[in-house]
Amino acid sequence: MKNIRWKVFTVIGVFAVFFTLGVYPILANRYNLPAPAWLKAKQLKLGLDLRGGVHLVLRVHTDEALKTSTTTTSDQLREAARTAGVNLTAVTVPSPTTFHVEGVPQDKEADFRRVADDITGTNYDRNPGPNGSYDFTMRPNIAVQMRQQTVTQARETIDRRVNELGVTEPNISEYGDTGDQLLVQLPGVADVGRAKEIIRSTAQLQLKIVEAGPMSSQEALLQQHGGKLPDDMEVVPGAAGGDEAGAAFYLVRKTAAVTGQDLRTAQPTLDDNGRPAVGFSLTREGSGKFGKVTGDNIGRSLAIILDNRVQSAPRIDGRINDNGRIYGSFTQEQVRDLSLVLNSGALPASMSYLEERVIGPTLGQDSIRSGIISSLAGLALVILFMLAYYKRSGINAIVAMVCNLIILLGLMAYFGATMTLPGIAGFILTMGMGVDSNVLIFERIKEELAAQRGARAAVNASFSRVFLTLLDTHVTSLIAAAFLFQFGTGPIRGFATTLTIGLLTNLFTSIFVSKTLFEAALRRQPAQASLSI
Amino acid sequence: MSFFANPNYDFVKWRWHAIALSLLVILAGAAVIMTRGLQKGVDFEGGTIVIVKFDTPKAIEQVRAAITAGVPGGGDAVVQDYGPSGSGSVMIRVRRTGQESGGELSKEAEGVMAALKKSNLGGFTVIGTEIVGPIVGEQLRRQGLLATVLALAGIMVYIALRFQLSFAVGAIAATLHDLLVCLAFLAFFRYDLTLNVIAGLLTITGYSVNDTIVIFDRVRENMRSQRRETLATIVNTAVNQTLSRTVITAGTTLLSVIALYFFGGEVLEGFAFTMLVGIISGTYSTVFIAAAIAIMFQGRKPVKGQVIPAAAPETTRKPGRRRAS
Repeated sequence: MKNIRWKVFTVIGVFAVFFTLGVYPILANRYNLPAPAWLKAKQLKLGLDLRGGVHLVLRVHTDEALKTSTTTTSDQLREAARTAGVNLTAVTVPSPTTFHVEGVPQDKEADFRRVADDITGTNYDRNPGPNGSYDFTMRPNIAVQMRQQTVTQARETIDRRVNELGVTEPNISEYGDTGDQLLVQLPGVADVGRAKEIIRSTAQLQLKIVEAGPMSSQEALLQQHGGKLPDDMEVVPGAAGGDEAGAAFYLVRKTAAVTGQDLRTAQPTLDDNGRPAVGFSLTREGSGKFGKVTGDNIGRSLAIILDNRVQSAPRIDGRINDNGRIYGSFTQEQVRDLSLVLNSGALPASMSYLEERVIGPTLGQDSIRSGIISSLAGLALVILFMLAYYKRSGINAIVAMVCNLIILLGLMAYFGATMTLPGIAGFILTMGMGVDSNVLIFERIKEELAAQRGARAAVNASFSRVFLTLLDTHVTSLIAAAFLFQFGTGPIRGFATTLTIGLLTNLFTSIFVSKTLFEAALRRQPAQASLSI
Repeated sequence: MSFFANPNYDFVKWRWHAIALSLLVILAGAAVIMTRGLQKGVDFEGGTIVIVKFDTPKAIEQVRAAITAGVPGGGDAVVQDYGPSGSGSVMIRVRRTGQESGGELSKEAEGVMAALKKSNLGGFTVIGTEIVGPIVGEQLRRQGLLATVLALAGIMVYIALRFQLSFAVGAIAATLHDLLVCLAFLAFFRYDLTLNVIAGLLTITGYSVNDTIVIFDRVRENMRSQRRETLATIVNTAVNQTLSRTVITAGTTLLSVIALYFFGGEVLEGFAFTMLVGIISGTYSTVFIAAAIAIMFQGRKPVKGQVIPAAAPETTRKPGRRRAS
């Protein structure tokens, strides 16, 4: 009992530290009490379900990125083969990871293989077929790597867009077990529809020289080329609706003069008619390319293609180096959002929404209110019961429980853990379980007292007997909580976090704090003193 | 104050009745689930929930009529009050999302809002939406099942390490019993299986084992002091010795869960209900089921006069680790 003073100091110290870390900042914020800034920053974070906001799960169509890569590789191979004197008769891309070529003459096979080795290198496996045909298949490890890269790129792009939107503390992370999902959580966002559009718009900008068009059908466009699409050209539809009546198609060069990657900045501006437009400036490399293409094609039209639709096709009046405007029929809002997504870069592939939860701010406030009311009600009920049943020892359990809750709050605030509505449930449950441990100890003390032991001996024996039981019960609950943490996102994870920390702190308070209180109370008593229990 | 001064009930004698009663509840639950199915919430089944708050409270029937008229397939929609009645908040649940019919995920939700706007129910604000597509629903279903199974397995391994195997079987049987009883009651009272309910079930898993461990620990302790008794007697003594503790802890946890049930709001109601049933069932199974199963597994061997295997892990433990006792 000599070290009892130290134990009491430890208890008070722990209590004070966690009160300062966890509870005081909340009170300081609410009632404008003085506190250093670093302490004020240690606020308990509120989850989406309490704060209000949007929770979105998206699927990145990684196949698209693979297909783009495979198509590009096959085009490169065709060009390189032509340069080497091998004119391939057909190049097809039957799946995102494979392409098929035909028409390699027998006497040129060695040349073709050399070229193919150069282009497809270590990324594709090559299999010869009948009559000078070859199948190229992307190696599985490359495909996996590319899918991963696509998802990472998409995450980074969304990250930039969300930041441009001015959302505070967003969470954008990879999600699920299929490897192509992204979780986007935006606290406090009101205009959900707009946020969703901005996140998802691929914003693939391409500027291409127009060869023919606009015309009302693809057939009409191809007539002058004998009904067959030339290898280095493609047909792109115009933007639906708007000023243009009916469908319109353009025949454009396949190679883009400039893409979104060459952009340095984009910002809202007006076109010559005072309508909303997006002004852009190019990177040094981009402006070099652009200057050359525009200089060579004065008098022709330049198609401004956004997400594979021609927005407008202005005539090139002179060489343009590093500035330009994208105009079409845009509203002011569209122009603002388009600048935003152009600035944040294009998504490597399109995406679709898999899950969408919107929690309005009023719903969050209601949840906070019911959370607090039920916590207080639970606390009051438990306190009343403990006092009625265990009399003065009940105070002991209550002190341990309150200490437990404060340490729990303090730890959560310190580590920036997120409090969710199920988290509050975890809080209440921790309260119940904390009392559990005390009951276990108290009932044991009662038994020991009934077995004619002195109060001090009874307390000591009970705590040591019960220790292993408590350890076992807490470990099993921790196992359940750990799997809960693995399983859940958002709210459920908040529950698992609270429960886990609560179980750990509970082990401390029910054993150390509660015992110290008993020892302190019995300190000056004779060994055979009675105990109010 | 004491609820049970010196309890000496013969719990073990009643074990067959108890097992019969439990089987009855579980089988009834299974029958209900088989005929009516367990109602899955949008989390696991996928679907669309729109929560709106009308400027002036509207009768549920009016809202339902508007949805039936204005949303394709709206006749199957669930329309109910959200939160305290009279608050004007209504929850509308449609069992589909737009994606399945080839549209955008939020198509159904937009359809619901359009239908409400078209009807003459006055102004409203959408205070929340939940749309879960089939892929995520399937994913959550798989993860939820996996988490529950793994948690059970993890706990069983831990108990098997700390106690002997027959006890582990008893504890797991009791825990499974509690999970099944919870599911039965969820089915009886038509609660939706949601993420929060799964959280409740997992918490019950931990909690139920807790209770059981307290008794098993006591059995282990008594095995040393009552070497000449049969296991049934030892178990019965242990259950009686810990009875007031079992009842009181269940009581205090129950108090906090009751507070949650009544004041926790709509979102947590399913969770609180699961906990409520689970705690009661957990206490019951601790007293009647866990030990009974352990005795059954041990029962084939004569226990009397035998060197008790439960003590084995104790003796093999390094000296000093149990210095506390």
